[in-house]
This record gives sequence, C-alpha cells and structure tokens, in this order.
Amino acid sequence: MNPVNYLYLAALLFTIGATGVLIRRNAIVVFMCVELMLNACNLALVAFSRMHGNLDGQIIAFFTMVVAAAEVVVGLAIIVSVFRARHSASVDDASLMKL
Amino acid sequence: MENLIALLVAAPLLGAAVLLCGGRRLDAVGHWIGTVLAALSFVFGAVLFADMLGKDPEHREMSQHLFSWIPVEGFQADVAFQLDQLSMTFVLLISGVGSLIHVYSIGYMEHDERRRRFFGYLNLFLAAMLLLVLADNYLLLYVGWEGVGLASYLLIGFWQHKPSAATAAKKAFLVNRVGDVGLSIAIMLMFTTFGTFAFGPVLASAGDSGEGTLTAIGLMLLLAACGKSAQVPLQSWLGDAMEGPTPVSALIHAATMVTAGVYLIVRSAAIFNGAPDAQLVTTVVGAVTLLFGAIVGCAKDDIKKALAGSTMSQIGYMVLAAGLGPIGYVFAIMHLVTHGFFKAGLFLGAGSVMHGMNDEVDMRKYGGLRKYMPVTFVTFGLGYLAIIGFPGLSGFFSKDMIIEAAFAKGGTEGWILGGVALLGAAITAFYMTRVMLMTFFGEERWKSRPTASPEEPSAEPAAEHHGAHAEPHPHESPKVMTIPMIVLAVGSVFGGAFFSIGDRFVHWLEPVTGHTHGHPPVSALTVTVATVTVMVLGVGLAYLQYGRRPVPVVAPRGSLLTRAARRDLLQDDFNHVVLVRGGEHLTRSLVYVDHTLVDGVVNGTAASMGGLSGRLRRLQNGFARSYAVSMFGGAAVLIAATLLMRAV
Amino acid sequence: MSFPLLTATAALPALGAIATAAVPAAKRTAAKWLALIVSLATLALAVTVLVRFDPGGDRYQLTESHSWIADFGVRYELGVDGIAVALIALTALLIPFIILAGWHDADPLETGNKRWRPTQGFFALILAVEAMVIISFEATDVFLFYIFFEAMLIPMYFLIGGFGDRAHEHGEETAATQRSYAAVKFLLYNLVGGLIMLAAVIGLYVVAGNFSLTEIAEARANGSLDMATSTERWLFLGFFFAFAVKAPLWPLHTWLPNAMGEATAPVAVLITAVVDKVGTFAMLRFCLQLFPEASTWATPVVLVLALVSIIYGALLAVGQRDIKRLVAYASISHFGFIIMGIFAMTSQGQSGATLYMVNHGISTAALMLVAGFLISRRGSRLIADYGGVQKVAPVLAGTFLIGGLATLSLPGLAPFVSEFLVLVGTFARYPVIGIIATVGIVLAALYVLVLYQRTMTGPVKAEVAKMPDLRVRELVVVAPLIVLLVFLGVYPKPLTDIVNPAVEQTMSDVQKKDPQPEVEAAK
Repeated sequence: MNPVNYLYLAALLFTIGATGVLIRRNAIVVFMCVELMLNACNLALVAFSRMHGNLDGQIIAFFTMVVAAAEVVVGLAIIVSVFRARHSASVDDASLMKL
Repeated sequence: MENLIALLVAAPLLGAAVLLCGGRRLDAVGHWIGTVLAALSFVFGAVLFADMLGKDPEHREMSQHLFSWIPVEGFQADVAFQLDQLSMTFVLLISGVGSLIHVYSIGYMEHDERRRRFFGYLNLFLAAMLLLVLADNYLLLYVGWEGVGLASYLLIGFWQHKPSAATAAKKAFLVNRVGDVGLSIAIMLMFTTFGTFAFGPVLASAGDSGEGTLTAIGLMLLLAACGKSAQVPLQSWLGDAMEGPTPVSALIHAATMVTAGVYLIVRSAAIFNGAPDAQLVTTVVGAVTLLFGAIVGCAKDDIKKALAGSTMSQIGYMVLAAGLGPIGYVFAIMHLVTHGFFKAGLFLGAGSVMHGMNDEVDMRKYGGLRKYMPVTFVTFGLGYLAIIGFPGLSGFFSKDMIIEAAFAKGGTEGWILGGVALLGAAITAFYMTRVMLMTFFGEERWKSRPTASPEEPSAEPAAEHHGAHAEPHPHESPKVMTIPMIVLAVGSVFGGAFFSIGDRFVHWLEPVTGHTHGHPPVSALTVTVATVTVMVLGVGLAYLQYGRRPVPVVAPRGSLLTRAARRDLLQDDFNHVVLVRGGEHLTRSLVYVDHTLVDGVVNGTAASMGGLSGRLRRLQNGFARSYAVSMFGGAAVLIAATLLMRAV
Repeated sequence: MSFPLLTATAALPALGAIATAAVPAAKRTAAKWLALIVSLATLALAVTVLVRFDPGGDRYQLTESHSWIADFGVRYELGVDGIAVALIALTALLIPFIILAGWHDADPLETGNKRWRPTQGFFALILAVEAMVIISFEATDVFLFYIFFEAMLIPMYFLIGGFGDRAHEHGEETAATQRSYAAVKFLLYNLVGGLIMLAAVIGLYVVAGNFSLTEIAEARANGSLDMATSTERWLFLGFFFAFAVKAPLWPLHTWLPNAMGEATAPVAVLITAVVDKVGTFAMLRFCLQLFPEASTWATPVVLVLALVSIIYGALLAVGQRDIKRLVAYASISHFGFIIMGIFAMTSQGQSGATLYMVNHGISTAALMLVAGFLISRRGSRLIADYGGVQKVAPVLAGTFLIGGLATLSLPGLAPFVSEFLVLVGTFARYPVIGIIATVGIVLAALYVLVLYQRTMTGPVKAEVAKMPDLRVRELVVVAPLIVLLVFLGVYPKPLTDIVNPAVEQTMSDVQKKDPQPEVEAAK
C-alpha cells in the first residue's frame, strides 16, 4: 500500500484531536484528544521512517510515547485534584490564573 | 624674615580654629585668646615693617612660597605670599585696627553668652583679610575675598535669632557673590590671556595684551570691587549689614573689608592703566556712589545706617581716585588708611553711645549726650572733624588730594568729577554735622519719650532684656572700650599730616603703584580753599536745620528726595520687584514645568503603555481553549508562511 | 601570580553582604557591626590600591585578566587608572559613613516577627551596591562593566523602595506609595538607559569583535579599527544615553529628586555620591576613549545640556520646599558642572571634573547626612517646619552650614578647587558657556543660604525647641568628612597627582590640546 495513505490518516487523526481540544469542555476528553494528536504524530513519524528508510522517525516515536506516558501521569493527577477541589472537570471553570 | 609672612595669617587662623572648635570649655578665656592672637599678628606685621623700612625702597618686596596648591596641566595655582609696600600698609591697618576692635569687643560683647564664638569669627575675618592682601596671585586672593565674605556673613548674622539679621547676612553674601562672579570671570580671562593669574607675570605682561581684553578684565574686576566695596549698583547690602554687632560694623563694614575693592583696583593698576574705558567707568561708579551714599547718609535716623551711607560715600572717593590712574592710586590708599582710622573711631563711638543708651539706634531719641559721655564725645568729635576735612586733621589731607587729582584728570571729565567730589565734601559735612548735633547736642530727647516706635526696631537684641520702656541712663563706657576709641582718635587727628608731610606716603607707595603728579587746571590752593569753603557751608546748613531748631522725635514726612533716601533711593524696592519677585515667579513656574512637562512626558509615556497593556490584557481571558485556538492559529500561520517562503 | 587586589576589593564587600544577610534575626547589632567592619576592611583595601598605584606608571595598573565567556570574547578584565583609583577610594571611604549614619534607619518597628530581618537586609544591600560600584570602576571589559552597571539597580531598587524615611508628613501609607513610585521610577529610567546601552554594547561587539576596552581603544587609536562615522555616532549615543540617565543630565533627571526625597538620607547619599558617579566616570572612560570623534561631534549639544542642568537644577533647588529634594536638585546642578568639565575637552576641565566627582561626593554626603540627622529629629522634610535650630543645636547647625558652604563651593573647601577648574577649563574653549555657568555660583549661594536661613536661624520654633544636638555617633560621621573637605580644599595635590596623568591620556585619546594663552599665541 502507498505509505502516503498513512500520512492522510495521521492528518485526519490530528485534526480530530485538535478539534476535540478546541471544542470539548470536559478535561478528560480534552486530554484524550491531546493523546490522539500525539499518536497521530507518532503515526506520521513511523510512516516517514518507512518512506525514507531510516530509523530516526521510529526512535522519536518512542520518545514521544515516553513523554506521553509521563504527561498522562502528571496531567491526570492535575485533573483529579482540580476535580476534587472544584467538583467539575470543565476546563472553562479553571480560569483562576487570569487577572 | 620672609617666613614671618605666613605667620601673619596663621595666628588669627589658629585663633579661629581653636575658638570655634574648642567648645564651651574656652568660654571664659576665649576673648583673650582671640585678642592676643590678633595682637600677635600685628606684632609680626610691625616687625616686618621695621625690616622693610631698613631696606632700599626699590627692593622692599618680600615673598614666601608655601606649597603648590592646584597643580594641573597648564594651570598652576600656588599658596604663596607677597609682601610689598601696598600689602604692608593693609597689614598694619588690618591687624592694628583689628586688634583695637578686639579689645573694644571684650567690653562691648561682655554680656553676650556667645562671645567666644564672636571672637572666633573676628579672628577668621582677620585671617581671611590678611590672606586677601598678602596673596601673590588672584586665585589665592579670591580665597581671601570669599573668606572675608563668609566672616562678614557670619558676623552680620551673629544675632541670627533675629530674622532681620539673618536676612541681612544672606543679602550681603548674595550681593557679594554677584561681585565674585566678576572676579572669577576676570581670573578666567587672565588665564586664557596670560596663561597664569599670578600678580607678577600678569601685571608685567599686561601691556602685551589688547586693550579690549584689558578693558574686559578691568570691568570684571570693577564688578568684583563694586560687590565687596558696596559701590553702585551692588551697594544695597551695606545698610542692612548694620544688623551686625557694632564692632563688626567698625572693623569689617567701615575700616577694612569694604575697602578690599579699592585694594583690588590699585593692585591691578597695570591692567587699568592699559584700559582707559575701564578707568572711566571706575571713576563714574566712584562719583555716583559718592553722591548716592552721601544723600542716603543725610536721611537716615539710625546712627549706624547714617554712618554706613557715609562709608559708602567715602569709598566712592577712593574708587574715584583709583579710577584716575597713577595720579590717584596713592591718594586712594591714603584716604583708605585715614578713613580706616576715623570711620572705625566713629563706629566705635556710635557703639559706645548705644551701649550707654540701652542699644537705642535712633538719633532722634538721643540728644545732649556730651555731658554724660565725655570721652565718647571727644573721640567721636575728633573723628567727625577728620571726616568732614577740618583743616589739619587726617581727612582734610587725604580728601583734598583726591579732589585735586579729580580736577587734574583734565578736560570736561575732570571738571565734572572734581565738581562731584566737591559737592560730596559739602554733603559729607552736612550729614556728619547732623549726626553730631542730633547725638551730642540739643535737648535730651531720650527723657520721657513716649514709647519705642515699632517701625524702627533696634538693632541690638539686648534691648529686649532691658525692656523697651525703661528710660535710658546714659553713661560712659568702660576703659576697655574707650581706650581703643582714644587710640583711633589720635590716628584720625595726626594720620593725615604724618602721611602728607614731605609726601611720605607717596614715596612709600610709589614703587608699587607708580605715581605721577597731577596738575589741576586751577592752583592747588584754590582747590583747598574751595574744599574748606564747601565744608563750612555744609556744616552751617546742618547747624541751621538741626542746631538752631529742636529735632522732632518722630521723623517728619520730608520731601520726596528725603523719603526716597530713607529707603536707600528705592534701590531695594527695585531689587525686590525685579529680582526677588521675578525670581520667585521663575522658580515657581520652573518647578511646575519640571513636574508637568519634563516629568509629565515620561509619566505620559508610562501611562499610555499602561493603557495599551490594559487592552492587550483582555486577550488573556483565562480560558484554556481560547489559548489553544491562538496556539493553533499561530502554528498554522507559521506553517503557511514557511510554505509560502519555500514556494517563492 | 600576584595577589588579585582589585578582585579582592570588590569581592570583600560582596562576601560581606552575603554574610550580613545571613546573620540571624535576633542579632541585629551584630549585623551592623559586621557590615561596618567589612566596609572598613574594604576601605583598607582601597587605600592599599591607592598606595600601590603609581601615578607615573602604566595607564592601567594592577590589571587582572581571565577568560570568562570565551565564545563571545568576554573577559574578566580589571585595571585602574588614576580616575578610577580616586573614585574607588571615594566609594570605599563613604560607605562606612553611610552605614554609620544609617545605623538605626532599618531597625524593625516591631520585633515580634522572628523571620523578618530588615536590618540585615539593609546593610547587606548597601555592601552589595558597594561591591558592584567598585567593580564597575575597575572593569576594563565593556561587557563586564555593563553587567555590574545594570546589576547595581537591583539592590538600589530595594534600598529605595524598602527603606524609606520614618519621618513623613503625609503619614505612613502615602509614604509607602510615594516610595514605591520613586523606586519604580528609578528602576525604569535606568533600565531604559541600560537597555539602549546594551544594544550599543552588542553593536560595539559586532564592529570590534571583542569587548576589551584596552584593545578596542588601542585599535581605534592606531587606525586598525575603522568605524563608519554614523556607526560611531550611534554607538556613542547608546552609551551616552545610559550614562546621562545615571548621571543624571537634564532632561533625564526627574527620577533623582523622587529617589533622593523618598529614600533615607544615607541611601540618598549612596545614590548621588556613589552610584551616580559611575555615570560620569563612564562618560570619561568609555564615551571619550571608544568614540573620540563622536564625542567631539556631540560636544556642543552635551555642553548646552550640561549648562541647562546647572542653571535649571539650581533654580529648581531654590524653589523646593523639601530639604532632601533641594539637595537632589543641587546635585543635578553639580552633575551639570561635572559633565561640562568632561566635555570641555581641556586638561583643566577634565581634571576639575574628576576632582568634582570626589569632592561632590564628600560635600553632598556631609550636607545630606546632617540633613538626615535633622529630619530624623523633627520628623519632617519640609523646610517650613524648622526654624531657629542654630540656637538649640549649634553643632548640628554648624556642620550643616559647612556642608552647605561646601555645596556652594566656598574657596578653602574642596569643591571650590574642582568647580573653578571646570569653569576655567570650559571658559578656555567656550567662553560664553563658561560665563553663563558662573550664574550657577550665585544661584548655589541662594539656595544654600535660603535653606540655612529658614531652618537654622530666626526665632526657635516650638517643635524644635527640645531638639538634641549631634550625638557622638553622628559627630563621628560628620567630622571626618568636614576635615576632608578642608584638607582637599587647601591641599588637593595628592589627588591631582593621581588624576593628572589619566586626564592627559584621555586628552590624547580625543586628540585635543589645551588652547594656548592669547599672549603666548601672539608671540
């Protein structure tokens, strides 16, 4: 199969993720959408790796996975503590940092 | 022998340092320390004088180089002294009269709790004045010049709890500062013209420079002299300076400091000789001040202010003489010395009168005092005869010489200047007779006087302690005060004759100042006769007005001129309106401008920045998703731009 | 390798600052003594520098050079010429007096809070400023200089904003507002100046390839480094702007009255007598050496601005109602004289300007510190609140008068020497400007004497009737300053001997010769 199709898929997934981040209010969903975007990038990296015939892209994909895992740990912890404090997981409610 | 010169200055300087830093421990002996050190300075002066007399007239100049003061590339200022006949004359006058006045002050200031400090200031003055006349360059002279200004400031404002004294002191310093600007510009001009400002090289090479430069230097020196010597237009401080204790008026504002301007002009003779225009201006200033001071002196009821007007007028004579050039220099100095004697004597006499009269200064509340204060009366009277130029007394000789020299100037100028000088002599006789009659003759107006008039506050604060209503009990002053007066009176009587017989004074000063004998258009005898005649006329007029008729205790309204003269011929009013008011408005508006405009521009910039950021702040609405939109948007723009660039 | 004396002179107060800050909260007095001892030790080091410095020797002496940021050619280069030595000595001399004068200025009002340590902070900040000022005088690397020139702002900001006058006529709250306003204004003005200078520093690096003052100046002198005229002028302006803000020159002066008015008197002295001197010093060292042609080009404008500063500062001083603001405006006038002397480009002018920096430091310190003692007694900065102090506190009044007389440059006191040199030096080349500047002399007498008359003379006001005279600590602060003023006024030769060679060097940098006297020129 033409590897370019994988790139189309990656772009589609990324767009879905980005749209989700922008329009959804629930922090968990936003978070999942961020993961979706990351994985779209991973897919693109692996596809590029295949197309160019070297392993750099795959290595970077592994890094991304590690970072994503770390991010999940920190992010979920934040979301849980925000939810505990405010009884809501809406990202719009958490706007205390503005003046 | 040269090494003694520095000691002349050092002795009183040491006294000032000890007395001012010594604290209350020295209160009991302070006045003796001050007096002894002043006298010591006089003794050094006398020793040097004796040494100088033993030398050949052409080689009498001594000098002492102490150390290099400000060594900068191309600029050399030294602390070095020069003692020639001119300086010697001043040294003897300053330390002599100064010592006498120290003695007098022991009695006069006896009841003042700050007497130690008073003597410290007096010593400081002596040191600065001696430095002024001993300096061998203009910059060191400038140090003495401002030093005497400082001492004068401190002494005029000695009773500084009185606002009038503090104001008078400030005024004196400020007006003098205006004059000092003249001196500093003159020194700068000398530096750029001659590359130095030491007397020797400057005066020797004065001829090498153009007349324009010399005129500029001369006029600037004249400005300085006007400030220090209270000449029109910078004369306004001298009358107010009478707020100081009377010994101060005698020493600083009559005998020595105010004559420093004359010294400066005579010292710079070589410069003035090369600048006829500057000389002309000098004579005009002298002539105008001579009349100005005399007219003011006629109208004042305050005995010290009347004498102050007289001082101004007499210094006008000296400046006039100094402006005449080589025909007048010697006589300017001679009049300066004789004036030092009789005017100091007159002021000490006035102080003695005030001492016996509860510090009353208004002559309208004196009268008939000759019975109560015989010594004061006689010494004051001799000083009076000397100043009006009674034949045979010192003022007669010195003033007559100046009038002769003024006529000898030649041409219309000579006639005008001579005429003014003669007129001045007549007015001098008038106002001095007025002072004499109002104080020592006539009815005793101090008895059963109604109340102290509030518009004439007495100059001496002790009046507050005595109580203004107490009737005075005139009495003679203690010996410590009368003896200096007697010594000065002797000087006033015999000084002129001593100097004039065989032209002693002329021969003494000639090597320094140069002298050419002036030839008046009329014979010298005619001038003398005219002088004596106008003097008699002045005395007679005064007698008619103040001797024959009773003197009213409250001053009559008087003519327009009298009223103007009482206010120092409106000079103060002019200063007040133009300088004080104008200055106040200027500073106030500048404060406003600084706050609103200069600062405002900056604050305005800051405020507009704040406004801008306030608007930008709205973008930060706190919604994470709107930040995400801007991030995505930004990323999209970047990518688009990159692609576009690549496509191009 | 010899002992790094210059580094030590700057490092000692820096370490002292850290040590002072670390003193526990309860031991306030120990912190004060520590700071005082450190500052005295620094003075000893500065005196050693002064002694080791050979006026006839090389231009920069006691040099140290180490690589620092090699990639950008930034080096840790120190070295002093006569001008720097004089100013280091001045700084090290004044700091102990500042510390002693501010002995009680930072005592905490309540002692309940155990972790609050204002006293330690106050003295640590003063020492930190001292360290940075000294290293600014020593640095011969432009970047090194720049860092400390800017870093100085941080401790100064806290000193102005954090420690104001206890005495304030508008109450504590207004005082705090005005104080933080003054501190922010100080910071912003100087930051803007500093940032513009940073651009010029980078520009200089781009043109010259390194930051070494000695190398660039040498390359400029022997022609191996050629700058386009416009480049040189822009770079000059960038540097000059920063220094003119710091100095301060009209119309960039408005931060000074606020800062000096709101800070405590010792901090005000620190600002005007020490920190501001870096600005004028840097004009002499950097502007004239690095950009001689641009300096000559800018001279007319700078001279006019300096002249405006002299007259304008003096006039505003006359119009002030606040003692400390009056001294601030007087300082603006004096800085005008200093800058005028620098840019007159004559030996007398530049020697005079250097002496002026030292003398102004001492005279302002004397006047301002005594004013501070006066203000702390009465609790007001307004001139109108005083009157007749001379009667109740004669020693205080006497020292105040001497400080004032020094400010108006009375002959016999040190500032006269420098002011006259500046005037003569300016007059020799620009007679009209020299003559107008003499108006400043009269105005100086006016504001000083009016201040003295209104506060010290006249009837005794009820509020000052019980005012105590100077205490021993205060006398210890003032007396040495007065002795110095008199000594340097009578015998300034030790100072001129150190300064003259450096001035000759600067004169040859800008390729100027003193004007010849008219009479000699005619021959």
